[in-house]
Amino acid sequence: MMTDLIIQGTQMAFVLVLAPLLTGLSRKFRAHLLSRQGPSVVQPYRDLFRLLRKEVVLADNASWLFRLAPYLIFAATWVAAALVPTFATGLLFSWSADLIAIIALLGSARFFLALAGLDVGTSFGGIGSSREMLIASLAEPAMIMIVFSLALIAHSTQLSNMADYMLSPAVGLRVSLGLALIALVMVAIAENGRVPVDNPSTHLELTMVHEAMVLEYSGRHLAMIELAAALKLQLYIALIICLFVPWGIGRGEASVISYAVGAIAFVLKLGIAGFFLALFETSIAKMRVFRVPNFLGAALMLGLLGTLLLFVSRSL
Amino acid sequence: MPPVIALDCVAAFLIIAVLAVVLARSVAASRFVYGAALVISSIAVATACVQLAANPWEITLPLGLPWIGAHLRIDALSAFFLIVINLGGIVASLYALGYGQHEAAPHRVLPFYAAFLAGMNLVVMADDAFTFLLAWEFMSLASWALVVSHQHEQANIRAGYIYLVMASFGTLCLLLAFGLLAGTDGGYAFSAIRASHPTPYLAAAILILTLIGTGSKAGLVPLHVWLPLAHPAAPSHVSGLMSGVMTKVAIYGFLRIVFDLLGTPEWWWSIIVLALGGITAVLGVLYALMQQDLKRLLAYSTVENVGIIFIGLGLALAFRANDMNWAAALALTAALLHVLNHMLFKNLLFFGAGAVLTSTGLRDIEQLGGLIHRMPATSFTFLVGAAAISALPPLNGFVSEWLTFQAVLLSPQIPQWGLKLIIPAVGALLALAAALAGSCFVRAFGIVFLGRPRSSAAAEAQEVDRFSIAGMAALAVLCLVTGVLPGFFIDRLGPVVQSLVGGQMPHQLSVAWLSIVPIAESRSSYNGLLVFLFIAVSTSLAVLAIHRLASRAVRRSPAWGCGFADAGPATQYSASSFAQPIRRVFGTTVFRARETIYMPPPGDQGPARFSVTLRDLVWDGIYVPLARAVNFLADRLNYFQFLTIRRYLGLVFLALVSLLLILAIWS
Repeated sequence: MMTDLIIQGTQMAFVLVLAPLLTGLSRKFRAHLLSRQGPSVVQPYRDLFRLLRKEVVLADNASWLFRLAPYLIFAATWVAAALVPTFATGLLFSWSADLIAIIALLGSARFFLALAGLDVGTSFGGIGSSREMLIASLAEPAMIMIVFSLALIAHSTQLSNMADYMLSPAVGLRVSLGLALIALVMVAIAENGRVPVDNPSTHLELTMVHEAMVLEYSGRHLAMIELAAALKLQLYIALIICLFVPWGIGRGEASVISYAVGAIAFVLKLGIAGFFLALFETSIAKMRVFRVPNFLGAALMLGLLGTLLLFVSRSL
Repeated sequence: MPPVIALDCVAAFLIIAVLAVVLARSVAASRFVYGAALVISSIAVATACVQLAANPWEITLPLGLPWIGAHLRIDALSAFFLIVINLGGIVASLYALGYGQHEAAPHRVLPFYAAFLAGMNLVVMADDAFTFLLAWEFMSLASWALVVSHQHEQANIRAGYIYLVMASFGTLCLLLAFGLLAGTDGGYAFSAIRASHPTPYLAAAILILTLIGTGSKAGLVPLHVWLPLAHPAAPSHVSGLMSGVMTKVAIYGFLRIVFDLLGTPEWWWSIIVLALGGITAVLGVLYALMQQDLKRLLAYSTVENVGIIFIGLGLALAFRANDMNWAAALALTAALLHVLNHMLFKNLLFFGAGAVLTSTGLRDIEQLGGLIHRMPATSFTFLVGAAAISALPPLNGFVSEWLTFQAVLLSPQIPQWGLKLIIPAVGALLALAAALAGSCFVRAFGIVFLGRPRSSAAAEAQEVDRFSIAGMAALAVLCLVTGVLPGFFIDRLGPVVQSLVGGQMPHQLSVAWLSIVPIAESRSSYNGLLVFLFIAVSTSLAVLAIHRLASRAVRRSPAWGCGFADAGPATQYSASSFAQPIRRVFGTTVFRARETIYMPPPGDQGPARFSVTLRDLVWDGIYVPLARAVNFLADRLNYFQFLTIRRYLGLVFLALVSLLLILAIWS
C-alpha cells in the first residue's frame, strides 16, 4: 500500500517535472530547424521560477474567479496528466478516472480558462474564449469518437487496461487504429493550440486564441497557466505513446528496474515526439480561424468512421 | 412511513390551493403557501424514499368514472419520480419563500402553484388511463395558468396560447394511445392493460402516439416549439419546476407506457427514439447558444437534456429488445440519473436567472455583466450549476453522461444492422451536444456574471434575500453530492430499473473506494470522490506552496487596452459576438443565419450597423404551413355556419343516407 502510494506520487511528480522539459525540447528543435541557436532546453523552468517570484498585476475589474481559475486549471490538468500512464500501468489510482473522465477533466480546465478570459471584460479575452470554445466544441466530440474506437478494440476505457491490451498480440494491424491515430494527432494539435490551429509564440492579437485568453494574467497566475499548458501537451503526447507505442512501459511486475526502463523509454519517446512536433510546426503555415472547423470536422469524421468500422466488424 | 401519506400530500396540496384562493390577497399568503408546500413536499419525499425499495402499494378510490373508480399505485418507478417531483417542490418552495415576495400578482400564482404540484404528484400515482389523463390535464392546465399569470405582457399570452394548443394535441395523442392500449374490451386499469398484448402494428401505433403525446410535453424536437416560449414566461421558481420537473413527468409517462404497459419492445422502436433523442440534444443546445434571453436559453437547454435522456431510453429499448437486460439496465440507469441531475441543475439555473431578474429586472444577457461583484452568492451557485450542466467532473452531470457513453460502448453486440449504424452516429451527436453545452454555459455565465456591467441596472444590482440563496445553495450542494457519490444513487435506482427491464446494475456501494463500475472493473470505472479530492488537494497545495515559498504580492491596475485608455463596457465581447464562430459554423445551415453589415460611405458620420437574422426552420417548415392549413380549412368550414334551416335539414338527411349506405355495404 505504502509503496503503491509512493509510486503514484512519483508519477505525479514525474509528469510535473517533465512537462516544461518537453516544451523546452520542442522549442530547441524548432529553433534548430529554423537555423537558429534557440534558448536552452531548461529555459521554460527558468521562466516559471521567474514568474512565480514576480508580483501579480491584476486588472481593476478582476474577480475572485480570475484569481482562483489558474490554480483550478493547473490542478485539473495535473490530475488528468497524472492519470495517463507514463512509466508504468496499473498504478494505485489508475482506475479512479477512465479516458472519458480524463477528457472531461481537461474540459473542466478549459471551462475555467474561457471564463477567466471573459472576466476582465476586454475584447481580447472575449475573442480568445469564444474561439477556444469553438475549437473545443469540435475537438471534444472528435476525441470522444477516438475513445470509442480505441475502447471498442481494447474492450475498456481504462487507460492502463488499454495500454496492456495494445501490448498484447491480440491487437494486430487495424484500419480503425490508423484512423484513430491520425484523428488523435489532429485533436492533440488543436487542443494544445499548436500550428496550424493556433500559434503559441504569436502575440499578434487577431490571430491568437490561447494567448488572447491569458493576456491579462501575470506573475504566479501566468506561471500556473503556462505550466498547465505544458502539462496538457505532455498529456496528449503521453496518451499517444501509451495507446500506440506503449513498448517498454512497466506492467504488473512492480520492480524498480522495470519502472526505470519505463521511465527512460518514456523520456526518449517524448523527445522523439517533441522533434516531430517541431518538424510539423515548421513545415506548415497557420490556418485562418474559420478553416479550423474543417480541420476538426475531418478529425471527427475519421473518429466516427473508425467507430463505425468497429461496429460493423470487430476485426477492422 | 405508510405510502398512503403520499396520497394525503396530494390532498394537502389541493387544500392549500383552495386556501390560497381565499387568502391570496393577504400579506402573509405567499409565506403560508410556500411554507406549507415546503413541508408537504418534504413529507412526500420521505414517504417516497421508503416506498422506493418496498413492494408496490395500491388503492382504489370511489372517484372518477363510476364503474371503474380511481386506481392509484406507487411502485418503484412512481416512487422515484415522486422523489424527483417533490425534491423539486422543496427547493422551489424554499426559493419562493424569498422570491415570491416580489410577485406583483400573488393571487394569480399561489393557487395554481399548489395545484400544479398536486397534479404532477397525481400523474405518477395514477394506475388507470382515466386517472392518468385527468391528472395530466390538471397538471397542464395549472401550469398554463402559471404561464399566463403575468397576463399584461403580450408575449406571455401568445406563449400561453401555443402551449395550450400543443398540450391539448399531446393529450389527444395520449388519449388515443390509451384507447388502443385498452383494446375493444375497454380495460382502462393499467393492470388490465399489462395483461393484454397488442399486435405489432397496434403496438407501433401506440409507440408513435406516446412519443408525440409525452414528447410534446417533454420538448422533443420538433414538438418543442412551445417550451422555450412558455417556460420562461412563468415566474422563475415555476420555470424551474416546469423545466426541471414537469418535463420529467412527461418522461415518466413515456417510461410507464412504453417500458411497462406495452410489453416487450421491437428492436426498430429504439431507432426512432435514438434518432429523435440525438437530434433533440444537438438542436436544443444550438438553439440555446443563439439565445439572448437568459431564461429562454435555459429552456432550450432543457430541450437538449431531454434529448440526452431519450438517447439513454432509446439505448435501453434497443438492449431490451435483444434480451441484453444488464446493458439495458445500464442505459436506463444513466437516463434516470440524468432525470434527477437535470432536475437539480436546471432548477438551480432557473433560480439564478430569477435572482438576476429580481435584482436587475433584466433577462436580456446583452444588458448584464459584472454581477459576480454585486451578487457573489448567486454567481457562485450559478457557476456550480453551469459547470454541472456542462458535464464537468466531479459534478453530477458528468456521471450520467459518462454512464450513457458506457452504454453506447456496449452496443456493438447488438445484432441488427440498423442499430449498428445509428448508435455510433447518436454517440457522436451526444458528444457534440455535451461539448456545445460547455460553450453555451461559458457564454451564459461569462456574459451575465463576468466582465463589466453593460447597463446601469446591472451596475446597481443587489444580492437577493436569504431564502432564495438557501434554495440555490441547497441545489448546488446536491449537485456536488450526486457527483461525488453517484454509487449511492445508482444503488437506489436498482429496484426501479429491475422492474422495467428485468435487470440492474451491479451493486456499487460495495466497490472499494466508492468507485462506480458499470460492468466490470477491467472495462471502466470512475470515482468522483477521488477526482474531487485530487483536485481540491492539488489546488490547495499549489496555492499554499506558491503563497508561502514564492510570491503573494498583488497590485491592481487598469486592464491592458492596447494603448487606448478607458475603453467603455460596450467594447467587451457581447453574447452575440461570443456565439459568432459557432453561428458561422453551424448556424448558416441549421438556422439559415445571415449577417448583414452596413458601413456608411466615407465622410458620412452615421453609425455602422450590423444585424443577424436567424430563422427557426422547424417553426417555418412545420408549424407555419400547419397553421395555414388549419386556417384554410376553418375558412371553408365557416360556410356551414350560415346556412338556412332548409339546407341544414338537407345535410342531415344526406348524412343519414350516406351512413346507412356505408352500413349496408360494410355488412
